[in-house]
Amino acid sequence: MNMVKLIIDGKTAEVPENTTLLKAAKTVGIDIPTLCYFELKDMNIENRPGGCRVCVVEVKGRRNLAPACNTMVAEGMEVYTHNIRVLNARRTVLELILSDHPAECLTCAKSGSCELQSMAQQLGVREIPYQGEQSKYRKDTSPAIIRDVDKCIMCRRCEMMCNDVQTVGALSAVNRGFMAVVAPAFEMNLEKSPCTYCGQCVSVCPTGALTEVDHSRNVINALADPTKTVVVQTAPAVRAALGEEFGLAPGTLVTGKMVAALRRLGFDYVFDTDFAADLTIMEEGTELLDRLTRYLKGDKDVKLPILTSCCPGWVNFFEHNFPEMRDIPSTAKSPQQMFGPIAKEYFGKKLGIDRKNMIVVSIMPCLAKKYECQRDEFKVDGDPDVNYSLSTRELAHLIKASNIDFNSLPADDFDNPLGESTGASVIFGTTGGVIEAACRTAYELYTKKKLEKVDFKELRGLENVRHATIDFDGLPINIGIAHGLGNARKLLEDIRDGKSHFHAIEIMACPGGCIGGGGQPYHHGDSEIIKLRASALYREDAGKPIRKSHENPFIQELYREFLGKPCGELSHHLLHTHYFDKSAGVFVEE
Amino acid sequence: MAKQIRIALRNCGVIDPERIEDYIARDGYMALATVLTELTPEAVIEILKKSGLRGRGGGGFPAGLKWEITRKVQADQKYVVCNADEGDPGAFMDRSILEGDPHSVLEAMTINGYCTGASKGLIYIRAEYPLAVERLKTAMAQSREMGLLGENILGTGFNFDIDIRYGAGAFVCGEETALIHSMEGLRGEPTVKPPFPSVEGYLKKPTNVNNVETFANVPVILNKGWEWFASIGTERSKGTKVFALAGKINNVGLVEVPMGTTLREVIFEIGGGIQHGREFKAAQTGGPSGGCLTKKHLDTPIDYDNLIAAGSMMGSGGLIVMDEDDCMVAIAKFYLEFTVEESCGKCSPCRIGNKRLHEILGKITQGNGTMEDIDKLRNLGTVIKDTSLCGLGQSSPNPVLSTLDNFYDEYMEHVKDKKCRSKVCKSLMQYLIIADKCIGCTLCARNCPVNAISGERKQAHFIDQEKCIKCGACMEKCKFNAIIIN
Amino acid sequence: MAKIKLSEKKIQELKDVCKTFNNDKGELINVLHKAQSLSGYLPAEVQEVIAKELNVSVAHVYGVVTFYSFFTMQPKGIHPVSICLGTACYVRGAEKVLEEFKRQLKIQVGETTPDGKFSLSCLRCVGACGLAPVVMVGEKVFGRVAPDGVADIIAEYNT
Repeated sequence: MNMVKLIIDGKTAEVPENTTLLKAAKTVGIDIPTLCYFELKDMNIENRPGGCRVCVVEVKGRRNLAPACNTMVAEGMEVYTHNIRVLNARRTVLELILSDHPAECLTCAKSGSCELQSMAQQLGVREIPYQGEQSKYRKDTSPAIIRDVDKCIMCRRCEMMCNDVQTVGALSAVNRGFMAVVAPAFEMNLEKSPCTYCGQCVSVCPTGALTEVDHSRNVINALADPTKTVVVQTAPAVRAALGEEFGLAPGTLVTGKMVAALRRLGFDYVFDTDFAADLTIMEEGTELLDRLTRYLKGDKDVKLPILTSCCPGWVNFFEHNFPEMRDIPSTAKSPQQMFGPIAKEYFGKKLGIDRKNMIVVSIMPCLAKKYECQRDEFKVDGDPDVNYSLSTRELAHLIKASNIDFNSLPADDFDNPLGESTGASVIFGTTGGVIEAACRTAYELYTKKKLEKVDFKELRGLENVRHATIDFDGLPINIGIAHGLGNARKLLEDIRDGKSHFHAIEIMACPGGCIGGGGQPYHHGDSEIIKLRASALYREDAGKPIRKSHENPFIQELYREFLGKPCGELSHHLLHTHYFDKSAGVFVEE
Repeated sequence: MAKQIRIALRNCGVIDPERIEDYIARDGYMALATVLTELTPEAVIEILKKSGLRGRGGGGFPAGLKWEITRKVQADQKYVVCNADEGDPGAFMDRSILEGDPHSVLEAMTINGYCTGASKGLIYIRAEYPLAVERLKTAMAQSREMGLLGENILGTGFNFDIDIRYGAGAFVCGEETALIHSMEGLRGEPTVKPPFPSVEGYLKKPTNVNNVETFANVPVILNKGWEWFASIGTERSKGTKVFALAGKINNVGLVEVPMGTTLREVIFEIGGGIQHGREFKAAQTGGPSGGCLTKKHLDTPIDYDNLIAAGSMMGSGGLIVMDEDDCMVAIAKFYLEFTVEESCGKCSPCRIGNKRLHEILGKITQGNGTMEDIDKLRNLGTVIKDTSLCGLGQSSPNPVLSTLDNFYDEYMEHVKDKKCRSKVCKSLMQYLIIADKCIGCTLCARNCPVNAISGERKQAHFIDQEKCIKCGACMEKCKFNAIIIN
Repeated sequence: MAKIKLSEKKIQELKDVCKTFNNDKGELINVLHKAQSLSGYLPAEVQEVIAKELNVSVAHVYGVVTFYSFFTMQPKGIHPVSICLGTACYVRGAEKVLEEFKRQLKIQVGETTPDGKFSLSCLRCVGACGLAPVVMVGEKVFGRVAPDGVADIIAEYNT
């Protein structure tokens, strides 16, 4: 690799050719501010439209200023990142952006995490000299995401996520000039678009233009209602990220503190979605083995590969884009939606609580879960199995608003019976985790032998599409894994074109899996945070006394007492679902 | 008109553009034949480089160098693009060439294909030019039939064909990266250069983009030799330039003059001077993002570098003449309105900055401007030029900055005295009835759309300034010249 | 947004248009030109069909349609009136001509008269600067139009 020497603010930097000035400056301790630029390193995600022009610098010999994010180094270049010309330009550009941005910081959902706000602070903007017309658009509330695009600064990160990474195509830049903004087709509501509610647009939005629908008030009301028994479940990825909201280092596991906080908030029972994840493995694993066995016997009606169905963003994706293949994914509900009926129909009945008087709340790293729990097929006489789904961020706000000093909380344990879980279930929160958990159980059920080495390291990692072959005692099982919907699309197209050789495929909609979900604390483009969350989950798994779902004693009891057998009649009724064709356009139906 | 030399326009109006025979009779396709049978691509590029031909679309990049860069990039496929998205209001030379001499462009594109190693050409043309499209299609069919386009051209084994792509009304698509995105079926948003299209362009392949007038020069240079071409013009700007004269000038239309001709020669000798014997005030060159030249520039030789030094630019060659009736603040505002409408919205300085410039100019023309606003115009204009992503934003403040430089006193009159000397800015005008001249015929009162005029029959009338919308209907109707503008 | 239902025939026509461009998404702008010439405008339904045929998202098609001023989602009048506001026309009084059209037709730029006869739009230079100010009605060009000539132009089409 050819190295290039250049001078930045008087300091000599030596970097490989084709390095941007932005990155070159970092090597000599110069942090040039950016707004539209966004990168998730090692995950193939980059947004570099060169549009905000905040990162401009002076390059000697060049007529105008150069965007550091989009200008490559050259031998002998002389760069100035903070002379008077640059500072004045940068400040003026920021003042212009602010002049077309509502000054609603006090009440904005993004306040405190807003990159525009912190930049105004950083550059010391105290007034906005260029006042004028501000762009006004209709506010749009969908089941999961709020679009308040008056706050859009056209950084195009959401558009990049929605199209390049997720290939969902719900959003595009529309209009031109001052009226340009990112919106769904015909500037209609997101609800009428092919949006999967994966929330990746929200997780990268630098301002409050895209935020989640906040259900914490509903939860507060339910907690205050003495006639209601309020049950909470927490998804695996939450415990690996919640601490960040309280200043703890990324990758800190806060399972015990989280349980304690939920109890203080007044939840009657603090349960774990991990329990439902173990249940999912029982159902999905059984379904996999059933299909596999019949397939190996030559049953032509059986379709392989089987696809996981835990991820609601992914379910929305194939319902919109591959409806003709909707018989391929497992029919098992997601852990969130398995938990609901078990809480209301099994646990509630055991306690003699009518389902209408039980409120089930989920804490999720995900925004699609907000939509999922509102789906009609997950309701009984209009009563949803899961009433409200809060994101990790909403939970953090709720804890802060309830005067709880999170960091000083002693660790607490989940309630039983729906709080007991295995190591297999906790890794559901990261890409590769669901299929690893499934392998641990399926191996033992299929081979009737004990699995000695429970860690399937070959299924772990962050590559976009991974594959591995697991030896089921002489039977090679081909596993595919994709995270990010664009990667999922590739695997699906292979299946459609008959090119897939996989027996089972795990798909998670978000980069990194649920740990990188749309409801997690903002990572602001730092992929190290996502990696640290993953290793936290693997750590939790390794420390668990039981690491295979089928060995969870409360799961065994649940089948004994209530469900009968996996994929049995009651399971089918409570724990399995079906999918819909959502491909039809809004206007043209064929 | 003695001062004119017609190179790019050599055939326009002379030949029947629908007959390839006419074109051939005037040495058409001779250059192509010579190139394909006698010259290497390198030799052709060398001739172009020596000729000193620079891009006529506005930027003025040396054409030969561009061809050479495209040639040197290794790729399995390359493209030649003709930029015919003539968007500068007031400039229509590309349209005239395409309608009057389409073969010259086809010939030059084919030569370019041979030189750069491209087998495919695309003409990106405004959808508003249906006749030009028809002529191009006819010309393409004829040259294919005669083996001058398509497979095995002139039996040399060289293949090259051309396709037409339509613009759809976006000025920014004249910028080459935006143009390429538009041809790819995308929003015509520019991207940061480098990579330049010559390296990574249409479908990520090396793409040589030249404008119509540039191409039209090429066959002549090859026929007559670079020495001849380089003998015309100034030291750094060779050949001729086509200008579209418009505005308050007696002879409107296209002229082609050697680079280095002065503004005075163009306006007063060729253009026949200002209409109605009025006084010359300014000439706008370079289209909506060019600058205004004034009396002091009348004797400056026009070429790429002098125009930039004067705060304007060549652009595609629009030349709009203004007289004392034109208010320079209003003109600046008019141009900004155009930029605001045509900004693609991708980068913040252009998207928001031009909007703010326009708003401040609006404030000034309404008589609400302050000295602080003048400072804001300067700072904003400078920063927009300095930070915008593409050529549109980088030049959009030119009309403001150049009028601030050259007509500062007019700005001061608007801001301090609340006056518009050209009587254009309505808010600064007052319609008054001279009592002595008014005979009380009531005609003005009856024609006032807002009933702002009162007065008894046969007595002097009076205009209520609060109600008056300054439409001028009263003044038009008054038969006694009793109404004046203050 | 009012829904319109496209006839089977119309949908087939649109599909045929896409097919002539090999359903190539790179030809989107050419396809939109053709589609607009079929119906005079590009309603949402049309964009949806095109998106499907070219295998791009509807949001993308809409993003392109709203970028280019040539494309419109509003049906135009039978006689679309376009006033050139290029510089040459501007300095020769095009703005006053535009005001006069607005006043007489009682519509704003971008609107269509209630009887569907006239619509009003602005153009950026048709390359006929020698005739400034220029007005186009449909394909016909009127040169050197003065405000007091507007009534005659409208009358010519108002029969």
